Amino acid sequence: MGIGVGILAVLSPIGLIFPALFKAGSAWGEWGSAEIKNMLGYIPNGLGKLASLWTAILPDYSFAGWEEKGLGSRSLAYIISAVVGIALCVGLGWLLGKILAKKN
Amino acid sequence: MHIPDGYLGPVTCAAGYAVMAPVWAIAANRVKKTLEAKQVPLLAIGAAFSFVIMMFNIPIPGGTTGHAVGAVLVAILLGPWAATIAVTVSLAIQALLFGDGGITAFGANCFNMAFVLPFVGYGVYLLISGKSEITSFRRVVAAGIAGYVGLVVSAFAASIEFGIQPLLHHTAEGQALYCPYGLNFTIPAMVGSHAIGFGWVELIVTAFVVKFLQKQEPDLLRPTLLQPVVKEATK
Repeated sequence: MGIGVGILAVLSPIGLIFPALFKAGSAWGEWGSAEIKNMLGYIPNGLGKLASLWTAILPDYSFAGWEEKGLGSRSLAYIISAVVGIALCVGLGWLLGKILAKKN
Repeated sequence: MHIPDGYLGPVTCAAGYAVMAPVWAIAANRVKKTLEAKQVPLLAIGAAFSFVIMMFNIPIPGGTTGHAVGAVLVAILLGPWAATIAVTVSLAIQALLFGDGGITAFGANCFNMAFVLPFVGYGVYLLISGKSEITSFRRVVAAGIAGYVGLVVSAFAASIEFGIQPLLHHTAEGQALYCPYGLNFTIPAMVGSHAIGFGWVELIVTAFVVKFLQKQEPDLLRPTLLQPVVKEATK
């Protein structure tokens, strides 16, 4: 199963390229402030305040400032994000499991 | 379905954490009683699987995207409480490192994807699979339907959280403060897109992996984990 997760990491750019080919936008309810402004004509006050609450290290599974890069570069960033995310999930999952699991 | 910061007001965010706090506590307790040391790697891989499967965004007509969560599969392999832990881990990494899902909305996101999804899915799986053989085709069908129903119900939960915002919070002039769309908009959008599109991805992924494990590692599909819980519950 670990191998399966590894294969999924390598294939993950499908989840980036496929929506790009169809020019699909954000997931419903996950629009950025600029998109919201376009849709409504204004940014809801609370939303505007909270939207930038957290600065992610790898925003949207990419590197900051890579938004305009080509699909190739962004695919690479996507795979790196997948590998980093998987490693952290395995690490944290393992740690929690070790703490919780029956001692035998 | 990863609600970002700013879409849910303080009431809903607090409610999300308030509901999840005891759920996390019970989940930790259940897992403590049932998780065998040799299952620890499976819990870790379950979290990683859920993480990476959520990166597979699928576009659907209407210009929106979505994805499967993999939570029902983890529930079938380790039980729903362990799935709560695994998907919470995955959602935490997504929120903190990748900005996918808000910090304030983390409780609500965990409620939808780490609690409602694995529990509804697991219930459907038990109901349909019944006492059928571990390697029976009925279990493949059960797993697929469980994934589909679980994801659609969890999208429904998210649509309620989104949709009550205009009722809870608005300016004196009626401008929205958080999510601007009401239930009449959020329910069709969220439930519709998951019923037409992403639910089928969860269905295929869950059924495919169960089918694969029936051949390769049928022991993983035996619900031994639940026995202590069932025994305890029936005492």
